[in-house]
Amino acid sequence: MAMTATVEHADPHHLGRAVEHAGPAPKHIVTAYGFWIFLLSDIVMFSCFFAAYAVLVHQVADGPKGAEIFDLRNVAVETICLLLSSFACGMASIAADLRNRLWFYLSMTVTCVLGLAFLAMEFREFADLVSRGYGPSRSAFLTAFFSLVGCHGLHVSAGVLWLLTMMAQVFAKGFRADIMRRMTCFALFWHALDIIWVAVFSVVYLLGGAA
Amino acid sequence: MLGKLDWSAIPFGQPIPLVAGAVVLVAILAVLAWVVIRGHLPYLWSEWITSVDHKRIGVMYILLASVMLLRGGSDAIMMRIQQAIAYQSAGYLPPEHYNQIFSAHGTIMIFFVAMPFVIGLMNLVVPLQLGVRDVAFPTLNSVGFWLTATGALLVNLSLVIGEFARTGWLAFPPLSGLTYSPGVGVDYYAWALQISGVGTLVAGINLVTTVLKLRTKGMSYLRMPMFCWTTLASNLLIVAAFPILTATLAMLLLDRYLGFHFFTNEAGGNVMMFMNLIWAWGHPEVYILVLPAFGIYSEVVSTFSGKPLFGYRSMVLATMAICVVSFMVWLHHFFTMGAGPDVNAIFGIASMIIAIPTGVKIYNWLFTMYGGRIRFATPMLWSIGFMVTFIIGGLTGVLLAVPPADFQLHNSMFLVAHFHNVIIGGVLFGAFAGFEYWFPKAFGFRLSERWGKVAFWFTFTGFFVTFMPLYIVGMLGMTRRMQHYDVAAWRPWMIVAAFGMLLLCIGVISQIVQLVVSIRNREALRDRTGDPWDGRSLEWATSSPPPVFNFAFYPDVRGEDAYWAMKQHAKEQLERREPEYRDIEMPRNSPTGFICAFFATVMGFSLIWHIWWLVIVGGLGAFTTFVVFAWRDHDEYVIPAAEVAKIDRANIEERRNLVSMAGGV
Repeated sequence: MAMTATVEHADPHHLGRAVEHAGPAPKHIVTAYGFWIFLLSDIVMFSCFFAAYAVLVHQVADGPKGAEIFDLRNVAVETICLLLSSFACGMASIAADLRNRLWFYLSMTVTCVLGLAFLAMEFREFADLVSRGYGPSRSAFLTAFFSLVGCHGLHVSAGVLWLLTMMAQVFAKGFRADIMRRMTCFALFWHALDIIWVAVFSVVYLLGGAA
Repeated sequence: MLGKLDWSAIPFGQPIPLVAGAVVLVAILAVLAWVVIRGHLPYLWSEWITSVDHKRIGVMYILLASVMLLRGGSDAIMMRIQQAIAYQSAGYLPPEHYNQIFSAHGTIMIFFVAMPFVIGLMNLVVPLQLGVRDVAFPTLNSVGFWLTATGALLVNLSLVIGEFARTGWLAFPPLSGLTYSPGVGVDYYAWALQISGVGTLVAGINLVTTVLKLRTKGMSYLRMPMFCWTTLASNLLIVAAFPILTATLAMLLLDRYLGFHFFTNEAGGNVMMFMNLIWAWGHPEVYILVLPAFGIYSEVVSTFSGKPLFGYRSMVLATMAICVVSFMVWLHHFFTMGAGPDVNAIFGIASMIIAIPTGVKIYNWLFTMYGGRIRFATPMLWSIGFMVTFIIGGLTGVLLAVPPADFQLHNSMFLVAHFHNVIIGGVLFGAFAGFEYWFPKAFGFRLSERWGKVAFWFTFTGFFVTFMPLYIVGMLGMTRRMQHYDVAAWRPWMIVAAFGMLLLCIGVISQIVQLVVSIRNREALRDRTGDPWDGRSLEWATSSPPPVFNFAFYPDVRGEDAYWAMKQHAKEQLERREPEYRDIEMPRNSPTGFICAFFATVMGFSLIWHIWWLVIVGGLGAFTTFVVFAWRDHDEYVIPAAEVAKIDRANIEERRNLVSMAGGV
């Protein structure tokens, strides 16, 4: 990848068709690019928890297996909430681009409510498991399950906090350039959490629920 | 109210840490008192602590690394003395203290010496070499630095409040689990690394974005100086590897704090998973350290041979090859785990393959020197010393990559000698070369060559006298981390190694003397033009120290060795009509990083001691700091064109004088 990009710019073989590198990129590009790199690193971190889950999934220590504790209906509703919240977040981005405050607040509120609904359902699932004695200390499988799903949940919680701060910022400062850059980052973050959830849904619930 | 913290945490019964802690405390208080009494506090606050200038942050990183080098070095002296006298005796360090010392030594040297030193150099130099005015995220840069400092502070706090880990620098479970390490030592270790790890990740993201997105006009990828390439490779590794460390330590902490079963012996936990995860970070980590050093050698060898770097493209390829292959060798750290011949063979071969791009680099440096007009200035001495030393370390590394040989040498002093051979001979020599080479750029005067050479020769010989004996005792069967031993054949070598330590100490002291002598003679050593070494890349195209905006204009790059090419056309450049100066916008300084790190310290400390209410206070404080930062209305200030012109003209005048003196132009 890097090499092909280089060839276009540098004309290393002196073919006379060099396209000179134009100089430093504008700020909104730099910010979004840097945030992408952060998201990649975040995904690497999740991949460790996925790997740990894959290693420990069968270590149930005479406790419950995944199929015995997963409620796929609950998970389906969670997934729908999160996917719809991603759509609402997309609407918020468009509204911000159009400088439309009403639609921005509306879409962000919908995103927030759906995110909170997701969190509430996840919390209920966790609380239910713990109350039945299937907490994370019960077995290595449950350790890995709670950590992986909980890590995603923590990210969503942080996302909700960021979302509220974002709304307050737009309320106080309007659609300023630096706030628009932050909004881009927030949207990237929210969508990335969606992608990770799709992996969690498939690897943990679909594979585990079927077994 | 105070969790697990009470008076028993202070080691009143142990004189060594108590005295050491008291000395450090007195030193810190003395420096603080001096700063306050002399009225330097406002300057320090507004120009350094809150600075978002990449050059100043780079300098602070290197200062942190230097101070920590003294701390880690003291640990090393204590260990060498212990092993020299602990033949059939208990020595002077009790086992629980000795174990803390080797754990702290490794942790400090890797995380708080080597890492901040190379990150500091990259911060200082890369934007200058790319011809731009700052890194991609200046305030985050400051946050990253201060979080690293927080980690260092927590590690040193463990000296007097509580204890440090006794588990070795990677805290393998089950030893680091709650059953066998019930104290706060492992918690100090883990939280210090979690917090500084966030700082490192931030620095990595920042530098990757800087290299990929902020380059001056015409600076295409294949025109970047080699140091920028190795910076890119090293920081890509940071971005890809440090999250693994974060996740692994998080799992260890969950085991310790909430009774999870990632790495426990009970309930299906898997201890070897920790080994795999930690080394999946740990092996790339050594390349994170050594790749920037390779970049420094490339710059130094080319400059002091007066030639372009030989095989520039093969060097780029070798760098990126190391970057990728470094992720495929981690299992060679535990061949003895018993993964079986197939797995061991694959990882053994992958480990040997890494020697090939490294060899390419060595030959490239040699061919760069071949036929050049070599100047043996101090940075060049470090570089040549590196080549000699590193080849030995590399060869013993290839030896260790052979699984059957590794079964004999695993966890022996041979291994200890090997990794000191590559880390001191590779990373530390590189850091010193970079320090000598770029010091004039950062401060505007050169360092004393005489004392630099004294420091080099003592360190160089001291290294061999200290570590070659360790290879030998390793062959004689001595395992690492022994508090005492009963084998007579090892004794003489341990005494030789302790003597070598003395030489290394003289080397370090010479370097301190060099600094003092040079500061006193700074007028005589002044670098007026900004190009003291007849350099080839863009950092030498601006004054020393550079103005806050680095370049009055974005330099226009037309090929490799951008500044060398400009100097070829120096006359016409200087006679060219002065371009029109414009206002420059620079980011405003911000205390965000410092305040954030303050709250991170509070949070880390209270997590270690289970002071839960304080954890919440710290967390809220950090969040509030970010919100306040996000709320500010003016994040930039303007340097007027007249001011830019004044600064730039002064430097051009100096360079014009130099040209006319040199060539009678």
